[in-house]
Formats: sequence, C-alpha cells, structure tokens
Amino acid sequence: MKQKLRQYKAWLYLLPAILFLGVFMVYPLIDVIIYSFEEGFNFVTRTSQGTGLFNYSYVLHDPYFVQALKNTFLIVIITVPLSTGFALLLSLALTSIKPLRNLYQTVYFLPYVTNTLAVGLVFMVLFKKTAYTDGMVNLLLNAFGAPSVDFIDGPYWAKMLVMCIYTVWVVLPFKVLILTSALASVNPDYYKAARVDGTRPSRIFFRITLPMISPMLFYLVITGFIGAFKAYSDEVALFGTDLNAAGMNTMVGYVYDMLYGASGGYPSYASAAALLLFLIVLTITCINLMVSRRSVHY
Amino acid sequence: MKITLDHVTKRFPNRNKKIREDVIAVNDFTFEIPDGKLIGLLGPSGCGKSTTLNLISGLEMPTTGRIYFGETDVTDIPAEHRGVGLVFQNYALYPHLTVLDNIMFPLGNLRGSEKLTKEQMRDKAMEVAKLVQIDELTERRPKELSGGQQQRVAIARALVKMPSVLLLDEPLSNLDARLRLQTREELARIQHETGITTVFVTHDQEEAMSISDQIVVMKDGLFQQMGKPQEVYDRPDNLFVAKFLGTPPINVFEGTVKDGKLYIGDEAIFPVKLAADDSAPTEDASANASSDAAPADGRPVYVGIRPEGFLPKENGAFSLTLKKIEVMGRDTSVVATHEKAQAATIRAIIASDEAVHEKDGIVRFDIKPNKLHLFDRTTERRIDYTAL
Ligand SMILES: Nc1ncnc2c1ncn2[C@@H]1O[C@H](COP(=O)(O)OP(=O)(O)O)[C@@H](O)[C@H]1O
Ligand SMILES: [Mg+2]
Repeated sequence: MKQKLRQYKAWLYLLPAILFLGVFMVYPLIDVIIYSFEEGFNFVTRTSQGTGLFNYSYVLHDPYFVQALKNTFLIVIITVPLSTGFALLLSLALTSIKPLRNLYQTVYFLPYVTNTLAVGLVFMVLFKKTAYTDGMVNLLLNAFGAPSVDFIDGPYWAKMLVMCIYTVWVVLPFKVLILTSALASVNPDYYKAARVDGTRPSRIFFRITLPMISPMLFYLVITGFIGAFKAYSDEVALFGTDLNAAGMNTMVGYVYDMLYGASGGYPSYASAAALLLFLIVLTITCINLMVSRRSVHY
Repeated sequence: MKITLDHVTKRFPNRNKKIREDVIAVNDFTFEIPDGKLIGLLGPSGCGKSTTLNLISGLEMPTTGRIYFGETDVTDIPAEHRGVGLVFQNYALYPHLTVLDNIMFPLGNLRGSEKLTKEQMRDKAMEVAKLVQIDELTERRPKELSGGQQQRVAIARALVKMPSVLLLDEPLSNLDARLRLQTREELARIQHETGITTVFVTHDQEEAMSISDQIVVMKDGLFQQMGKPQEVYDRPDNLFVAKFLGTPPINVFEGTVKDGKLYIGDEAIFPVKLAADDSAPTEDASANASSDAAPADGRPVYVGIRPEGFLPKENGAFSLTLKKIEVMGRDTSVVATHEKAQAATIRAIIASDEAVHEKDGIVRFDIKPNKLHLFDRTTERRIDYTAL
C-alpha cells in the first residue's frame, strides 16, 4: 500500500516534465509522422487528399532535395573527422605547452562565443569577390600566381570548400574544450608508469591516451555527426537565405524552405523530408554505437 | 643492486605561487641501500618519501647530489634506462587492457635485439603472474579484480622486465586492514624469491617494521635514521624517531639528570651516568655549555619510556595517577597520567598475570633501563647513558 502511494507520488513529481515533453516534443513528433503520410495537407482547411507514400516519393524526386542531401552528406563526411582530428591535435599541443597555455585556450575558444552571422561576415570579407576587391584569400592566391576564384558565388567546389572551412572553424572550440579537459583528467601516474617502462610516445598515444579519452572522443563524434546533419544557419550566414539558388541548401534548409520559404507552404513535404533526415541520423548513430562497443573504453 | 644517495637534494618551486621560497622535499640525503634487501622508507605524510622514490626511479632529477646504482652514476640517466620497476599507490593499471596485456605492456617496449615475440612475452608474463599468484586471473580487466589482486598485477607489471631495483610507493595503503597484513607478507615473499633490491614507501611504522630488512626514517625532507627495525626501535637517534616507531607510542616526560640520578618530577627513577662523549656536538659546545654548566639544577632532558618498559612494583620508584586498566587477553594496558608527561595519558603494557598495586589512585612502577631513552631538551638528540 505504502509502496503504491510512493509510486503515485513519483508520477506526480514527474508530471510537469511529462506534460512539457508531451506537448512540445512527443505530440509534434507524432503530428509530423502523420503529416508525412497525408497527401497535400492544408493547414487552413485541415484536410488532405489521401494517405500514402506520395510525399516521400515527391521529396526524393525533387532535385533540390537531392542537392541538399548531397551537400549535407559532404559537409558531414568532410567536417566531422577533420574537426575532431584537428581538435585532438590542438588539445594535445595545448596540454603539452606550459607558458601561455591560458592565452591560447582563450583564443581557441573565441569562435564559440562569437555570433554565427558575425563570423559569416568575416568569412565574406576574407573570401568574397566584389566589384572593388577580390577579397583577402584571392589576394593571397594571386600572390602565389594563382587566378582569383569566386568562393561565394563561384564554382560548387569553391563554395563547398569555404563551407567546410567555416564549419570546422566554428565547431572546433567546443571540441578543443572537451578534449583538453579529457586529456587533463587522465591520471598522470599512467604516463609515469609508461615512462619508466620506456614506452615510445606513439605507443603512449595509441595504447594509453587514446583509449583513456575514447569516451569523450566518441561523444564528440556522435554529437558532431548530429550537429553537421542539422547544419543550416552557417549556410545562411555565408550564402544568404536563397540556398537553393546558391546550390548550397542542406536538409534542414530544405525543410525550412518547404514550410516558410518563398516557395513554401507544404507541410506534408517538409514532414517527409524531416523524417528522412531523422532516419538517416538514427541509422548513423546506431552504426556509431555499434562501432563504439568495440573501441570505446569506459 | 646497491643504491647510493650522495648528498641528494630536491627543491620544488612552491605550489602556492604567493610563497617565493622553494619547497625542499629532500634535504641532503646520504645513505646506502644494500643489495638484495627489502628497505622500508618511513615517515609522516609530506616528508618527501615519494620524492625520494622518484629520484631513485629517475622520474625526478635531483637539484644537487649524485645517485649511484652499484658503482654506476645514474644521476643523468633517464628513468627508462635505469632498469627500475615502479608500483604506484593507486596501481595505475591500464583499465582498458586485460591483466595479461597489462603485464606484457613493458615488454612491448623492447626494441632491436631485445625484441620479443608475442609467444615469449606471453610466457614471461605468465611466469611473473605465477610468482605473484594471479595466473588464474589473466584474462580479466583490472576493475574486475579486488584491491589486493590489482596490487599483485601492478607488482607483476613492475617485475616482468626483471628490473634491478623495485620501487613501491605506499603499496599497501589502498587495502583494507586484513588484506594489508596478508599482502605485506606476500610482498616480503616475492622480494625474497626474486632477490631484487626493493624500496617501499610507507607512513605506517608497523608495516615498515614488520617486513623490512632495514628501515630509513625521515621527517620534513631530512634523513633521521637508518638501520634494522629492531635496532632503530631499541636505539632511536632522536626524539622524533622514538615517537614515530612503536604502537602504542613511547611515553615522553620532561625530566632532569642531577647528582647522578634521573628525576621525573621529584622522584628519582634510577641512578644514571651520562656517557662522557654525550651527543651534544662538539662544534656548538659553547651553546650547550649553559645546560652543562648548571649542575646545581641538573641537566634537563626528555625521558622516553616504551609502554613495555614499566614493571609494576609495590614500592616502585615511579608513581603515576591511575586512570583505568584495560585487560586485553594476553596483556594488560595501564592508562595513567603524570604532570610531567607530554601526552594527556600514559600507556603502560604489562603481562596480564602481573598484579597492579593501586593505592589512593596511585600506581608505582620500576622502569626497565633498556626501555628508557634520554634525549637532549634542545637538540632532541639521543643521550647515551649507563644505568648504575
Ligand atoms: N611536483 C612538486 N611541486 C611542488 N612541490 C612538490 C612536488 N612534489 C612534491 N612536492 C612537495 O614536496 C614535499 C614532499 O612531498 P612527497 O615526496 O610527495 O611526500 P610524501 O610522499 O612523503 O607524502 C611536500 O611538501 C610536497 O608538497
Ligand atoms: Mg607520497
């Protein structure tokens, strides 16, 4: 009897959280799933023309969606390993220096507290070619005898290059922060033991340091994947709101455009695209978890 | 391998940045650790034991002084070339590796002509695993082992390269009391079987006394005394060593030597003759002259009496105010007070078949001369004497 009462009490305490999550997360999620199967759902009349996979078929055949899918995958595949690797190198360097460490740490953390749009502006100054100037980077390229490239309105590879540099640069500070603290939390006795045994630095790194920080590294890879799949605002900061025209749209951008963009007003298509994104992220995360079971040591 | 420390000093910049003065963790150490023995490095927390060990291992470099292994000067040789095995207080086992992989880890570092095949490494690792009796557990991870088992793995890992010196930093302090007793015997056995010169650090005097061939006592970075445990116990060089060794601790009183008699309060305990070359160093004899030059008041001393040095006698020379008597099977513990005692209570241990004669709250004892030590009141150095 008493136990029952205690159970009710537990539910009572959980109620606010459950209500909140239910209204703002579970209900919309279910709604999105329903929308995605309802053909041509209309917000105003709240009617649809039937149910089925029509929305998915439409989205998958939409060249803009295919482009967005391609862009997103490229960004994910390029920036996640690159930023994690860089962050690891920087953290190792930061941990091994003594003087000025705090200064460097602050410098590396600056991008994290800087507004995305402000950073976008700086990148524009660096990369954009205007009628008056070719931009800093082009001036540099010219100095080495290479021709100017329009990184913002030019060829696809140039735009993707800037996009990836930008993304890596923006996500780096958080990863450096996490990894420096992970490295600092490795008990120095492990290194002392390894030193007395005459362990080579490479072996120390691969057999001791890496396994010790593997949970944090894994966390960064997972959140990195998810974050990169949800990329959107960074693209807007660099290429403006009409990402489809720039050919630099992402999956989240596509969903947004389908809802609110100039050609928007299609909640059914948006829902289908959103669910496709969800499935992709879910699959990748599951693969990550499976890989981690073998290589991450808690 | 014999280890010699020759005027070794280690200074650290103070961790508290506001204090400019360096910390002298090890101050001018000169002593020799004999080959093939088990040596206990003993002292209170923060007295520089770990630093001394790290200096021997090569993890720290001395600020001044030289260190020799055998006849070789190893001061400038880095840790990995000194051939030492090191065991840490928290064992520092690699948690992601199995016990066997942990033990094999040092072997994987061998290069060139020393390089071993996987098979050879395995065999060697199994051999030491057997020595420390964990050969049944080699496929487990460290966290699946008890503290004592982890300790053995750590020792096995330190031994697998057959080092010439084995160093252990507080090897037993993470174990519970029962396991500690067991493991210290085990440690002594392993040392005995391998014959490797072993130095282990502890702040527990009982631990050091029970298994060491010799102990080195230190305090605040200063070397105090070295010798066989019993010898150091029986002839402490100074008051600190006397107080640090022994449980229950030695009872310390303020006393005076006057007219060939040792007085505590008004009672003459027994007649003594101080050794002619008493421990006051000759160079500052003038500073000490005052205490010698006042024979009328006698020479003030500290009197240390071991708990087992009390003999209950109806008309004994030394009277204490009785507080209580604790009977603990084999022997009896008499708890008493005395106004000249340093501690609030005095503890005397007597055989339980001996009678304690109490009269008006007073118990009287005779003191066994070899259990009574005299120390100078200012230098706290030992004063040799003969009981007459
Ligand atoms: N790396 C260091 N930097 C500054 N001070 C240190 C360092 N290592 C030890 N010390 C100081 O040296 C003294 C002796 O330390 P330690 O050898 O660890 O003592 P123990 O092992 O006997 O407890 C302590 O006062 C400690 O604070
Ligand atoms: Mg220590």
